Amino acid sequence: MTVTDHTQATADTAHSHGVIPDKSRADRVVSFDVDAFPVPTGREENWRFSPVRDLRPLFADEAADGHLEWTTSELPAGVTLAEVPADEARERTVREPGDRASAIAVKHAGGAMALTIAANTVVEEPITIDLNGVGGDVRGHLLVELGQSAEATVVINRTGTARYSELVSIDLKDNAGLNLVLLQQWDEDAIHAGEVLARLGRDARLRGTVVTLGGKVVRLNTSAAFAGEGASVDLFGLYFADSGQHQEHQLFVDHAVPKCTSRVTYKGALAGKTAHSVWIGDVLIRAAAEGTDTYELNRNLVLTDGARADSVPNLEIETGEIEGAGHASATGRFDEEQMFYLRSRGISEEQARKLVVRGFFADLIHEIGVPAVEESLMRQIDLEIAHVEEELEHE
Amino acid sequence: MSTLEIRNLHVTVETPEGTKEILKGVDLTINSGETHAIMGPNGSGKSTLAYSIAGHPKYEITEGSVTLDGEDVLEMSVDERAKAGLFLAMQYPVEVPGVSVSNFLRTAKTAIDGEAPKLRTWVKEVKGAMENLRMDPSFGERGVNEGFSGGEKKRHEILQMELLQPKISILDETDSGLDVDALRIVSEGVNRAKENTGLGVMLITHYTRILRYIKPDFVHVFVNGRVAEQGGPELAERLEAEGYDRYLANA
Ligand SMILES: Nc1ncnc2c1ncn2[C@@H]1O[C@H](COP(=O)(O)OP(=O)(O)O)[C@@H](O)[C@H]1O
Ligand SMILES: [Mg+2]
Repeated sequence: MTVTDHTQATADTAHSHGVIPDKSRADRVVSFDVDAFPVPTGREENWRFSPVRDLRPLFADEAADGHLEWTTSELPAGVTLAEVPADEARERTVREPGDRASAIAVKHAGGAMALTIAANTVVEEPITIDLNGVGGDVRGHLLVELGQSAEATVVINRTGTARYSELVSIDLKDNAGLNLVLLQQWDEDAIHAGEVLARLGRDARLRGTVVTLGGKVVRLNTSAAFAGEGASVDLFGLYFADSGQHQEHQLFVDHAVPKCTSRVTYKGALAGKTAHSVWIGDVLIRAAAEGTDTYELNRNLVLTDGARADSVPNLEIETGEIEGAGHASATGRFDEEQMFYLRSRGISEEQARKLVVRGFFADLIHEIGVPAVEESLMRQIDLEIAHVEEELEHE
Repeated sequence: MSTLEIRNLHVTVETPEGTKEILKGVDLTINSGETHAIMGPNGSGKSTLAYSIAGHPKYEITEGSVTLDGEDVLEMSVDERAKAGLFLAMQYPVEVPGVSVSNFLRTAKTAIDGEAPKLRTWVKEVKGAMENLRMDPSFGERGVNEGFSGGEKKRHEILQMELLQPKISILDETDSGLDVDALRIVSEGVNRAKENTGLGVMLITHYTRILRYIKPDFVHVFVNGRVAEQGGPELAERLEAEGYDRYLANA
């Protein structure tokens, strides 16, 4: 059974695109071979919302000479960060790349950086990795590996600018727990296509939070696959798209084994005439995955005229023996009645907007579980709103 | 001593069928300490009057004036009207998800006063006001009107009114849908504000029952976008006995 629906809303209209029949997500090509993926034209199922022209530099099968500046917090005992040669890096990657940008990233990254946390190591403080772009073309391959029963929080923060493609592989052995925060705080001209691939062993737990605020184009494709029973993923996402920004988040949760749980919760705000966000959430419950419990949600708040949010949840169910499966997708205009209510209590227009947008994101931000990140995000969101005010003034 | 003066107010709204005039020349003066009951059938324009004074963008003023102590209210933005001392307890308060009641109250108080209230006294003040309105302290942590029952929403409106201390308050059917216990609690709140701050009240209601708990000085019968008759409390008693039919027949 395949359930697909698609809501898309511009400022004035909210309507359904209708069902777009799709082959099973399980049938998508994956390969380390770049030639397995023709250069995307924008007509392909997984590229149909993407600005392929802007992304073109990331489709070129050639060496890239740029790099990101790495700054890493002090690594405690049991944690290592090391370069891994290309052959070995491919072997330690949890799955083959799922699109051309990702395959090229692996091919031209010149090996991977591997963050490895030994079995039974519990890291209390968040491990932070700051990646700062200084321009140019950059290919990246990153491995995050947690041994059995290891636990850690990893915050990866991207700033500066680059034309950047990457594959991030996340390997959680049995009973490991990872809280991974990926922050896209790029300068406004950065182009970023990333594939994040997670594999979870038995009883493993992944909490993934993606925050996309910066960049001209950010396209993140996250896949989580269950390899053992009793595992769970919680994937949260927060994005704020202004004029000229394209922010795309694709998700794929692959329930291949019984008794696993997945939750996907993405929320976005959009402001400005050409702001565009895309959310595609695919969940596949394979025949063997009895006792699956899954729910995915995407909500978009359109603050000004002209912004466009595409939202496509897609649930594929191959067994009836499940605990629960659901999805919800909603895109709404900024509510003028809420504004009136707040302003009738003396609250200024700008502050009222701030309250409403902060309120929209509040529960999500509290899920991140890294206080420093939560606080800085609230400040960032205030800045985004201040930016909206400027745009509105110019109208 | 404050005075809200409404003169020859005409208001239209845009409907799918075109522009529609709803208020057709309203005259009304409310002074501090006075309670004016505005009574009228559904659809007569009571909420339109309330929203127009508060500055809701859907309503267009085509003629007339509204002043507060001589200041032109119609020139003010919505938040400026609140800062000038007007308050509207809404008939259908909206939800603002994720914004806690306590954050909302503090933000509003700060905006109205032009400075943040002293934390210690403010916390005590809020706590006391909530106790008076029989609101559980956990209310402060809930989202504004999020999942509130009808009665909780109305008590929350009165809570704001008591804390923000306006000069003139418009209560739009605050009594509708309340059981007697809740009605009593809400009425006590209004009477407290009258006593403590000399609040002037425009008490919009469809039913006469609330007038047993909040004594009006004046009663205005509102029909088809204007005041059809006015008098003292005795007019309310007559309405209770006869209903609005007499006015509707004439309209
Ligand atoms: N925003 C609006 N758009 C269209 N019609 C409206 C609007 N607000 C009020 N009306 C109409 O104006 C009339 C008066 O409404 P209202 O002021 O709500 O009356 P009351 O509060 O006395 O019940 C009604 O016929 C109602 O349908
Ligand atoms: Mg009404």
